[in-house]
Amino acid sequence: MIIETSGLRKSFRSRAGRETKTVEAVRGVDLSVAEGEIFGFLGPNGAGKTTTLRMLATLLEPDGGSAVIAGADLRKEPGEVRRRIGYVAQGGSTWDESTGREELVLHARMYGIGKADAQRRAAEALDTFELSEYADRRCKTYSGGQRRRVDIALGIIHSPKVVFLDEPTTGLDPQSRAHMWGEVRKLREMGMTVFLTTHYLDEADALCDRLAIMDHGQIVAEGTPADLKQEVLGDVVSVNAREVARAADLFGTAEYVRKVETTEQSLRLYVEDGASAIPHVLRTLDAEGVAIEGIELHRPSLDDVFLAKTGRSLRES
Amino acid sequence: MKFLRDTWLVFQRQMQLLLRNPVWVAVGIIQPMFYLLLFAPLMKQALSQGGPMTDEQAYRIFVPGMLVMVALFSAFSGFGIIAELRAGVIERNRVTPVSRVALLLGRSLRDVVQLLFQAVLVTLLAVPFGLRVAVGDALLAYLLIGLMTLLLSSTGYALGLTLRSEDAMAPMLNTVIQPIMLLAGIFLPLTFAPEWLKNVAKANPFKWATDGVRALFAGNPGDDAVWQALAILTPLTVVALIISSRTFAKSVR
Ligand SMILES: Nc1ncnc2c1ncn2[C@@H]1O[C@H](COP(=O)(O)OP(=O)(O)O)[C@@H](O)[C@H]1O
Ligand SMILES: [Mg+2]
Repeated sequence: MIIETSGLRKSFRSRAGRETKTVEAVRGVDLSVAEGEIFGFLGPNGAGKTTTLRMLATLLEPDGGSAVIAGADLRKEPGEVRRRIGYVAQGGSTWDESTGREELVLHARMYGIGKADAQRRAAEALDTFELSEYADRRCKTYSGGQRRRVDIALGIIHSPKVVFLDEPTTGLDPQSRAHMWGEVRKLREMGMTVFLTTHYLDEADALCDRLAIMDHGQIVAEGTPADLKQEVLGDVVSVNAREVARAADLFGTAEYVRKVETTEQSLRLYVEDGASAIPHVLRTLDAEGVAIEGIELHRPSLDDVFLAKTGRSLRES
Repeated sequence: MKFLRDTWLVFQRQMQLLLRNPVWVAVGIIQPMFYLLLFAPLMKQALSQGGPMTDEQAYRIFVPGMLVMVALFSAFSGFGIIAELRAGVIERNRVTPVSRVALLLGRSLRDVVQLLFQAVLVTLLAVPFGLRVAVGDALLAYLLIGLMTLLLSSTGYALGLTLRSEDAMAPMLNTVIQPIMLLAGIFLPLTFAPEWLKNVAKANPFKWATDGVRALFAGNPGDDAVWQALAILTPLTVVALIISSRTFAKSVR
């Protein structure tokens, strides 16, 4: 495991007028992330994702708990952790008046890399992230997507083992988002472990090998996107038929069906694995002579998972 | 040595950005000109009330005061650091193993260079008006002013990183800097002040600095005021550098 945390905690005291309030931002996070995977943190705003990442990136001292990152202990050797990780903050990190190339060279040199090597790495990173064309223009002239790509390039300029990306696609237009997903996969291909946060369901689903769902400072579920969805509900096979009630009776006792629901025109069968259930369903209906108008396989979304775990929909929170 | 290399790295970057913005360089030149051309003649008149005074004498009192004033303004460095904080630059620096003292010192040294440039300029511009000062004395005066700048700019950075908002920073600086300026005898030497005011001013380290710089411009490097200024500014500067580099080490968001 390249990241292992146990019981990470952090609370903030904030003042509202005269009263001081304590916000428990992170309430005991245990995680393990395997080398070479894209690991995602999915959760609504204020869930504690950024706070967790900032602790892991040595920017914020945890109140409690421990973590080992790329073989270095977070509390005992923060300097070592810094050398082995890259961190891309949620709000960006470039200076308006500098050019992308200057930022990259400077950042590399802050890791102790020599001038010539830093320049070579900057050129390489600019090339990888398709920024060469704008490399010598000031950052204030960049589009949102270009600027975000500079942020990512900054995060990996020293070839870290692990890179933390805090909401890499928030605020980007759909095209830039798709582009960014490609960049993130590139990082994995380069051999890096990627730990990202997101509040987009489709992003967590499409991009992450494994993910943890976070809510109110705690992890409420962890696994591959497919496992998580499976674990909660399984798949749904919905059948459109005229004789819904009669059809429903046929599956009341079927072993592979967990639950049966009916609406006016359709029958919803919750099953473990939709693909293997469909032939059974069709055979049963056919044997009893129930005519169908359509059949559909619906895989539950991560939102269904979030709903099952927290009682709220992520879309609404 | 890593610390020196890191400091140079930060300093270089800051200088590069400073020079990229010629407006600041121009402001740095024009502002002192205003004071020299528009304010100095007025002050000479005011000072001559105590007895007739030559141009040279007037500028020997006036120029040091102006140098100290410009140095005091280094505390406004704090506004720059808030902008950097907001852009995420500070956090980006803090995630690297770069020396935290270097993050501060590289920036403060940029401020010192900028200020010394202004100081030399002011001195040279005052020469045609009749100012005469020995090179050695001027260099020693620049040392005092450089120390002041280091002290004030690093304090400004610590304040900026702690307060994290221009709205909190502006009133804070104004309320602190104004009495310091008034009580340093920058424009009118405190010799004219009533006794009680002189006593209050003794608690102001920058009053001692102003006296030291004035003694040097008057051609008296052996004056007590010179070593007193050094003895007061040096420890203060060291403390400010320590406190401020700590805020760089642990400033949050
Ligand atoms: N520096 C801070 N001071 C006070 N409260 C904070 C600070 N940082 C985060 N919080 C609070 O901690 C909680 C978690 O925030 P955060 O980690 O940013 O969530 P997320 O990244 O999941 O949106 C929020 O309630 C937020 O207001
Ligand atoms: Mg966040």
